Amino acid sequence: MSVTIQLKVNGRPVAAEVQADTLLSAFLREHLRLTGTHVGCDTASCGACTVHLDGRAVKSCNVLAAQTQGREVTTIEGITPEDGSLHPMQAAFKACHGLQCGFCTAGMVMCALDVVTHQPHATEEQIRAGLEGNLCRCTGYHNIVRAVAQGAKAMGR
Amino acid sequence: MSAAQPLIGRSVERKEDYRFLTGTGQYTDDITLPRQSYACFLRSPHAHARIRSIATAAAGAAPGVLAVFTGKDLTGIGGLPCGWLIKSIDGSPMKEPKHPVLAEDKVRHVGDPLALVIAESVAQAKAAAALIEIDYELQPAVVDTATAARAGTAVHDIAPDNVCYTWAIGDKAAVEAAFARADHVTRLSIVNNRLIPNAIEPRAANAAYSRADDSYTLYVTSQNPHVERLLMTAFVLGLPEHKVRVIAPDVGGGFGSKIYLYAEETALVWAARRVGRPIKWTAERSESFQTDAHGRDHVSTAELALDRNGKFLALRVHTTANLGAYLSTFASCIPTILYATLLAGQYATPAIYCEVQAVFTNTTPVDAYRGAGRPEATYLLERTVELAAREMRIDPPELRRRNFIRHFPYASPVGLSYDTGDYEATLNRVLDIADVKGFPARKAASAQRGLLRGIGYSCYIEACGIAPSNIAGALGARAGLFEAGEIRVHPTGKVTVFTGSHSHGQGHETTFAQVVADRLGLALEDVDVQHGDTGKVLFGMGTYGSRSLAVGGTAIIKAVDKIIAKGKKIAAHLLEASDADVEFAQGEFRVAGTDRKKAFAEIALAAYVPHNYPLDKLEPGLNENAFYDPSNFTFPAGSYVCEVEVDPDTGAVRIARFTASDDFGNVVNPMIVEGQVHGGLAQGIGQALLEGCLYSDDGQLLTGSYTDYAMPRAADLPAFHVETVRGTPCTHNPLGVKGCGEAGAIGSPPAVINAILDALAARGVTSLDMPATPYRVWQAIQAAGR
Repeated sequence: MSVTIQLKVNGRPVAAEVQADTLLSAFLREHLRLTGTHVGCDTASCGACTVHLDGRAVKSCNVLAAQTQGREVTTIEGITPEDGSLHPMQAAFKACHGLQCGFCTAGMVMCALDVVTHQPHATEEQIRAGLEGNLCRCTGYHNIVRAVAQGAKAMGR
Repeated sequence: MSAAQPLIGRSVERKEDYRFLTGTGQYTDDITLPRQSYACFLRSPHAHARIRSIATAAAGAAPGVLAVFTGKDLTGIGGLPCGWLIKSIDGSPMKEPKHPVLAEDKVRHVGDPLALVIAESVAQAKAAAALIEIDYELQPAVVDTATAARAGTAVHDIAPDNVCYTWAIGDKAAVEAAFARADHVTRLSIVNNRLIPNAIEPRAANAAYSRADDSYTLYVTSQNPHVERLLMTAFVLGLPEHKVRVIAPDVGGGFGSKIYLYAEETALVWAARRVGRPIKWTAERSESFQTDAHGRDHVSTAELALDRNGKFLALRVHTTANLGAYLSTFASCIPTILYATLLAGQYATPAIYCEVQAVFTNTTPVDAYRGAGRPEATYLLERTVELAAREMRIDPPELRRRNFIRHFPYASPVGLSYDTGDYEATLNRVLDIADVKGFPARKAASAQRGLLRGIGYSCYIEACGIAPSNIAGALGARAGLFEAGEIRVHPTGKVTVFTGSHSHGQGHETTFAQVVADRLGLALEDVDVQHGDTGKVLFGMGTYGSRSLAVGGTAIIKAVDKIIAKGKKIAAHLLEASDADVEFAQGEFRVAGTDRKKAFAEIALAAYVPHNYPLDKLEPGLNENAFYDPSNFTFPAGSYVCEVEVDPDTGAVRIARFTASDDFGNVVNPMIVEGQVHGGLAQGIGQALLEGCLYSDDGQLLTGSYTDYAMPRAADLPAFHVETVRGTPCTHNPLGVKGCGEAGAIGSPPAVINAILDALAARGVTSLDMPATPYRVWQAIQAAGR
């Protein structure tokens, strides 16, 4: 069964016909070719597919595309400035070496933005707790935690 | 333009990060080809069964299905090869059963692939796979490492007792003599828990065949695309190597698990010509758990003989290593060549003997996982040394100090020759920065809160940069272990570096560019590094064993040296000087002792626009390649200190402090090196506290998802205190580098467990296996009963 959806993705209106069981992660990657959102597990465990739905971080492998009708989705592509610069949180990850292979990075940045937006002046402990849903196998989180704190500061949070 | 200050030694930000941070990287699953089709593998739900029949007609007729293949269809192709021949003590070669691409007569582990279904969509392929009917005749499963040789059931007919080989190293008689005169013997039984690598990017492949030129292209999550191509074409599929292009684009972590030639990509390449469409497969996480090669899984006994002053006299080890159901690509050398040769550690133990029995079981194949043999050796040795210190009432760092190797080069009794090291320096440094002096006060403060605080040490050595090809060959390697590099200077003086190393998180695009830019006096942005494509890079052995900079970087430097040598000849011609009088420094060719000079870019232009050029003596162009085969391993080493707090009521362990002091020789990018150590520590602490792969007695994988297999998350780990000492540079490569990728995973597990045992000593607990979960720690406290 297919359904028609209309939503906003990265600020632009999108209309599409999708199968009712299409996951948001698959819709972004395969229909819209926004491959910056990665899939690491399909079970909402690893967080690589984290995007923002109406401003809150969600794991897009556990949201149906059909559920996004009338809503607003932001992906890593959507927070990236078009002039070739980086969002302050992206810049902080780069400066702090908060990424290695890059596969978890988009989800990690999207989660970090949610953490610092909803927990201003987050402590190290709060940042670690806030990243609980996102796995990284490369960094040991040390530099990710530093990056989130530095990114928050740069964003005035 | 010359760089204002050297790039080597600076923590420059990574060149690759922009694409990763903006979602513009290109991983294998991101690539969708025209007329793309999709694959699903039907996998065995049983650990061990004979296949009576497979009925695929219904699947073949299902909507969207293009083809269904089983093991019977893949006739005339070989099994997946093992790259290292190990011989048993009696001289007989290891048992080498066929590892079919798709199961033939039997399935031998849960997840063993039986059929390949190709369809218009993943959903259609999966739906069709569910229609395949298989008649299984179940067999008893062999699961347990320690008892596999007595199981009474054979995983493979050619190994009736499930023993692949029984191998040994060292002087058995000398060891026995030393034990006979020992004042003290420390004995320990030890298990090194099985781990599942879990790169966050699942394995994936996309294979295409072009009828136009009878060629294949394979995109695959690989750490070594040239090796993948060689093994696949020459040993399995019988395809012409030069008609197959293997591309490992951005790869989302490897940790060893993406070194190997796997069944899936091999089957896809085979099928791509038959289907006439590109075929993509991406593992679901449950497939990663079941089929990515696992790591570790040793059961050992260790005995250390000491004199009354705590001098080590001899070490005797017996290890049973689980190889899983089939021999993975490098499986056989991990518990032998990469394990037992490291048992000397940092100590001048005069005699060592180690016997290794490697067994087949009905479990996922086991191969190299970050550290690969060296973590197993270090864990065994450092647990044993710490126990000896406790038994002899000697301060653990002091016991280590009494036994450190102090004179280099040092020939160990297990076959390695350490070129350089300073173990006293890393130990002294870590004792200082970990504030070991302040431990008693911290312990008292923890006790006030009802918590047991403990401190544990670990001094590790690693052998990296594997290895001289001739020595490896003599030890059974079926491949060379060199690396290749190419420097392509463009007419404008910009440079593209091609390397056979592969970066899947290590930051080679930055580190290698720092090295080349420094040598040629260029700006970092004028050097670009390419890797991971057999169509671009001349050859490569790939990235594993912390070898990339030591071996791959040296190949690049050799090519740079050839560029400079040729540049000098061109400059000599232009400057009307003799070749011998031209010097190169800071990006300029200069006639010695004069101000006559040419910039690097001017020489590059002259090479490609050879109007005024010694064409009678010199070819135009400026492009050089080099192969480098190292003369020895490199030997990074370090000392780690861990402090834990244990809650005796719950058994919960918290890492309170973790401090590392490493000697990696020279360091090119300290930021990247520290990041590598952090990641290794996380995996080592994960092994010590959280991770453990478990099978049921009938071979079902009990830890087959992220809800069952505990991966370290941000809140599980502390902030790390990591320092690199001003080390002892490697003596046999021009950069003086040793490798840093695995150190953290090698050194940390014993430090953590030693710390927990220190915390629990007052409660009478003397032994504990990894992972030290709250339940296990609580049980140990209850069992000790104090």
